[in-house]
Parts: sequence; structure tokens; C-alpha cells
Amino acid sequence: MAALAHTAVPHGHPWEPEANAASGGHDGDHSVAHAGSSGHADFRDAGTVDHARNGFDPQEIVRDFDWGKTRRGPNGRVIREWELVATDKEIEVAPGVTFAAWTYNGRIPGPTLRCREGERLRITFVNGSAHPHTIHFHGLHPAAMDGVPGQGAGEIAPGGRTVYEFDALPAGLHLYHCHVRPLAEHIAKGLYGAFIVDPKDGRPDADELVMVMNGFDTNFDRANEFYAANTIPFAYMNRPIQVKRDELVRVYLVNILEYDLINSFHLHGNLFDYYPTGTASRPSELTDTVMLCQGQRGILEWRFPYAGKYMFHAHQSEFTELGWQGFFEVPG
Amino acid sequence: MEGRVATPEEIPAAGPFSGAPTWLLGLVPLVLIIASIGTFAVLGGPGLGERTGPPVEEVAIERTVLEPGVIELTVRNDGPDAVTIAQAVVNDAFVQFSGADEPIERLRTATVRISQPWIEGEAYEVALVTSTGGTIVHEIPVAVETPEPDLSFFGLMALLGVYVGVIPVALGMLWLPWVRRIPATWLRGVMAVTVGLLAFLAFDATLEGFELAGEGSQAFGGSALVLLGAVVAYLLLSGTTAWMTRRKAAAKAAGASAGTLALMVAVGIGLHNLGEGVAIGASYATGALALGAFLVVGFAIHNTTEGLAIVAPLAHQRVRVGRLALLGLVAGAPAVLGAWIGAAAFNASAAAFLFGFGAGAIAQVIVQLTPSLRDDDGRVLNPIAVGGILAGLAVMFLTGLLVAA
Repeated sequence: MAALAHTAVPHGHPWEPEANAASGGHDGDHSVAHAGSSGHADFRDAGTVDHARNGFDPQEIVRDFDWGKTRRGPNGRVIREWELVATDKEIEVAPGVTFAAWTYNGRIPGPTLRCREGERLRITFVNGSAHPHTIHFHGLHPAAMDGVPGQGAGEIAPGGRTVYEFDALPAGLHLYHCHVRPLAEHIAKGLYGAFIVDPKDGRPDADELVMVMNGFDTNFDRANEFYAANTIPFAYMNRPIQVKRDELVRVYLVNILEYDLINSFHLHGNLFDYYPTGTASRPSELTDTVMLCQGQRGILEWRFPYAGKYMFHAHQSEFTELGWQGFFEVPG
Repeated sequence: MEGRVATPEEIPAAGPFSGAPTWLLGLVPLVLIIASIGTFAVLGGPGLGERTGPPVEEVAIERTVLEPGVIELTVRNDGPDAVTIAQAVVNDAFVQFSGADEPIERLRTATVRISQPWIEGEAYEVALVTSTGGTIVHEIPVAVETPEPDLSFFGLMALLGVYVGVIPVALGMLWLPWVRRIPATWLRGVMAVTVGLLAFLAFDATLEGFELAGEGSQAFGGSALVLLGAVVAYLLLSGTTAWMTRRKAAAKAAGASAGTLALMVAVGIGLHNLGEGVAIGASYATGALALGAFLVVGFAIHNTTEGLAIVAPLAHQRVRVGRLALLGLVAGAPAVLGAWIGAAAFNASAAAFLFGFGAGAIAQVIVQLTPSLRDDDGRVLNPIAVGGILAGLAVMFLTGLLVAA
């Protein structure tokens, strides 16, 4: 069993001092200080963006699950409701670099919508942008609720609104994004988010994280200048994601990257159980690297048996050093 | 601007301003122009409104210096708006850098020092990301450490200049005794060869100038700099020649023009060699030029013909050796100076102007030489002259094949 591999890792700590020393040595290596405070590719002087002005922070997004508002329907069924507003918004995509983005609810990625299998979902979409938009959900629903031009409400004009309503099916990790032409532009400018349908019985307790792998083409040459998980490049390099030792970590990983054919996720010093699309209860493999095309997603689960800082990044070195890398920090 | 132009008949002999002093009449429009521009600027261009569209970012990379672990770029803002450099990327990876902390205003420069463990002989693409997300991309085709401008380096450049400029020209001037003995018809042929040589150099300099102008900052005129340089050189040399001829004519009418002509040829070739030196020095400094014996030999043969061009006008005149040496230095030594400039402080725009200047100078010399091609019937393009010019072009073309720079 793949899951056993984690527990099979010895938890006695005979070589822990070495492990700590190694991580400390890495930390304190200032011999290449001129090449960045950490020795890794990074923005100038390890700077970061003004998260407050952007109105969102990758540190918060990574653990932010939006359960919406619920009420009971006539037959006792749960009706879960959200309101998503599309807005045009200038964001600081990298320190000192602004980008005229399109957002759902003022953030990129849009809110991580989370519900339980079988619930009735009602998503009110308000288009506050100067351009027509939709919300196209992945998952099971009638054609009229597909959020594409010519079906159901079709394109929602600026100032318009519509309600997408369907059953939460199937359990798994899905996504949503705008589906108005030109498609690449409407996606790349920031109109996307993760959509999680929990199984009826839920999943085992875990420290849950969401990562939407994306990028930004700021000079409009249909190639990305910046890569990231959750929008801001290098955001988790200088402020690592804090996780506990031996606790189950679950990452909901979505790839929405435009202009590049594939993207990937690689974890250092560990392997994870991989559940493609999160639809099966058994992992497909125990690995440390997964490759995803646009729209592909999956659930990753693992535990850190050792303390220290562990990198995670795209295993395309170009994406890595253009922003898509970060650290997990496991306190001793 | 008025729609109609006053014809002389309409101008009254005694107008309302007839009493005003001339200087005042000259000054009034100037004062009004300054006042109206000032008012317009102070009011912020009334009626024009805000600019449309995002700021324009045009930046030229003027100089690249490679030190171990560091790539240094000097960037000039060519565009109308200030440019802020936010981040830097080398070969698809963000890198640490210093400099350009403030927005770069129009026509100002900034120096960006990028820390990058570059490897000799490899190619690098540097992209500076601006505050609007735009990228300024600069290619380094072959990474080679930029030579330190120390004494030994300047010595090497001087040696190079002597090899390709001074020695070949001096050797070429050894044709003088031969030129003195040949019949007048042959001499016309030699002068025609000289014109052909010079014409080739003029084309060469102009094209090289245009190429450099494309690399440099466009705000300073780009290709126009080459033409401007040519016109300036042509006019300056014409003026100087006229002045020298008049001065000498007062002393001794006959023979003066031959000496002047030789000097003019030397000056024209010297200016061309200055440009050639800049090109050689710059390509050496950026590692684009391998300093092989073949290159030096090629340049030497190529430039030897220039010596002939200088002595040809002196066929019927007694000249002291000292004066000959001076002419040789005027033509050849600028190659040394050029190599220094090109290697230590290369600027594509300035070099483009310089090449244009050289081309203009040569054009002027050709005009000066033309009368000496006339045959007994007074025709310039006589068979001997045409043959000579074509021979000159052919010689330069063929020897030019030896030079890969």
C-alpha cells in the first residue's frame, strides 16, 4: 500500500541532527549572497508585492476554502450559494510590475469553492467587468449551465448577471474559468479558480492546501513572463508554508497555466500519494513529480517525517526560476 | 502660418516699423515664440487632454560589459516616457541586480549590474522587465570577459592600430618613386584607381554606419546620424580646402593644390581608418573578433592601397620625407585612436556618426581628385579613368574578402 510508505519511514531520530545541520547550512550559506539572499532564483533583493493593495495574499489563499452560504431546500436538501463578481483590476504581479488583470471577487485565483457531493449549488455571477464573461464549471451539469457562449445564458454582458445552478457531482477536484473568446486571454488574465466537491463521507483529517498553478504574460507575446502557484511568484520562498511534522498534508493542485503546454509539481525530500482529479479513493501512484496539462488537476497527500525546509516547484527549471517555486517549513 | 506670402511689391518701402532698429525687429519674433511656448507649457498644453494609451517604453542597450559573475548593461531611454526597471531575467530565470533604482527619464542612461555566473563562449539573453510588464531583451551572442582598459590593453590596441593603419599606409606610400616616373597617361590611370579605392571605402563606411545606427539609440537620430556626419564632413573639408587653397595661392600659385590634395586624401583616409579602428576595437572588446595573423595581414593588404592614394597627387611635386611621414600618420594613426575608443568607450550612435563623417570626407576628396582624371579633351570619364576606377573598386573588393571584421 502506498499509504503505508509514509508510516514505514523510521520516526526514530538518530540522524536528525545531521538533517538539521544540513538545512541550517543551506540557510546560512551567504557565500553567494550577491546571487540572492537564499542562493535561489528570486526577485530583486528578495522583494515581494504589496499584498494589501492587491487585496489578496498567497499565504491566505493557500488555506482559504469558500464554503458559501447554505440553507435547506423543501426536501431538506442543502442548497449552497455563492456570489462571484467579475472585475477589472490592476494587480502587482511581481515587485514593481503591474498587470491589468480580470478577476473573480477581486482575487487571482478566484475563491476556492467547496461543497459536498450531492448538494444543490447556486452560483450567482455578476459581471462588473467592462468585457463579457462567463463561469464555466468542470463537473457534471446540464448544457444550459455550462457557462459557454450560445448555451443557456451564454455570454454575460458587462453589468449583467446570471445564476448557474446544478448538483455537486462528482466528488473530486474540479475548476472553473471564463469561457469567452478569445479564450486564452480570458483565462490568462485571471478568470479561474478551484472547485472542490468533497465525497459524502469526507476525506481523512489533514492540513489542507490549495494551489492553482498559473502564470502571467505581461508583455502580450503569448508567453509567460511570470510563473507561480497562487499567482505571486516566489511567494512561498521567502515565507514558507508552515506544516507540522507527521501530520497529513493534502494539496488540491490545479493547473490553469496558459500558453505553455504542460506544468508540473515536484516535492523535495518526500513522495506523495497522487489522486488524479480526486475522483478515486485509491491513489494512482506514489511519486514525487506529476505532470499536468491545462485543466488537469489532482489531490496530493503525504506526511513530513523530518523537520526542515523542503522545496516544491515545477520540474520545468524555466518555470521554477521564473517564479514557480516555494518551501514547506516543518518545525522540529 | 499665414496662407499667403507677401510678394516684394506688397512690402511698403516705409512701413509702420520703419523707425524701429533692426535688432529689435529680429528680436521680437524670438521673444514671442519663447513667451508662447512658456505659456503653453505652464498651462500644461490646454485643450490637448490626457495622453491616450499606456506609456511608451523604448530602451536601447548601449554597452555590455562582462566581468566574472557579472553582466553589466548600460541602458538608454529612447522613448518619450520614463521607464522603470523592476526585475531582470537571464536565460529564463530571475536574477539579482543593482542599479536603475529610479525611473530612467527620457534620454538618460542607467547601468544595471546583474549577478550571473556566465560561462565563456555561451549565449545569453537578458530581459529587463519594466513596471508595466514589458521586456527589454538583449542578446549576448558569445559571452567573453570584457578586457580591462589597463595599460597593456591600450598597448595591444595601439599595436593593432599600427599593424592595420600606420604600417600598410606607409608601405603603400613607397609607390611614390614609381608614380614620379610613369607617363602622364598612366598617372591619370593611377589617380583613377585611387578614386575607385576611395569610392569603395565611402560605400563601405556608409553601410557600416547604417548597421551601427540600427544598434544604437534611435532617439539621437539613428540612421540620420550617418548622413548628418557625411554632410558635416563634406562641408567642413570643402571649407578647409577653399581656405588652404586661397592661403597658398597667395604664396605660390602653382603646385599648391597638389600638396593640399594629398593632405585632403590623407585626412579622408584617416577619418575612415578612425572608424575602422573603432569597429576593430569594439569587436575585439566584445569577443566578436579573433585577433589572428590572417586578419591583420588582410587589413594590411587592404590598407596598403590607401598609401598609393595619398602619393598619387604628389607625382610632380618635390616633397620632404618629413612631410610624407606626416601624411602617412594623418592617414594611418587614427586607426590607433579608433581602436582605443572602440574598445574602451564604444557607443553605437557615436560610431555611426563617425562612419558617416568618414564617408563624407572621402566623398569630398573624390570630388577634389576628379579634375586630375581629365584627358586632353577634358573628359573625366575617359576609358583610362573608367578602367582605373573599376580596377580600384576590384582591388578593394578582393582585398576586402581577406577581412572578416
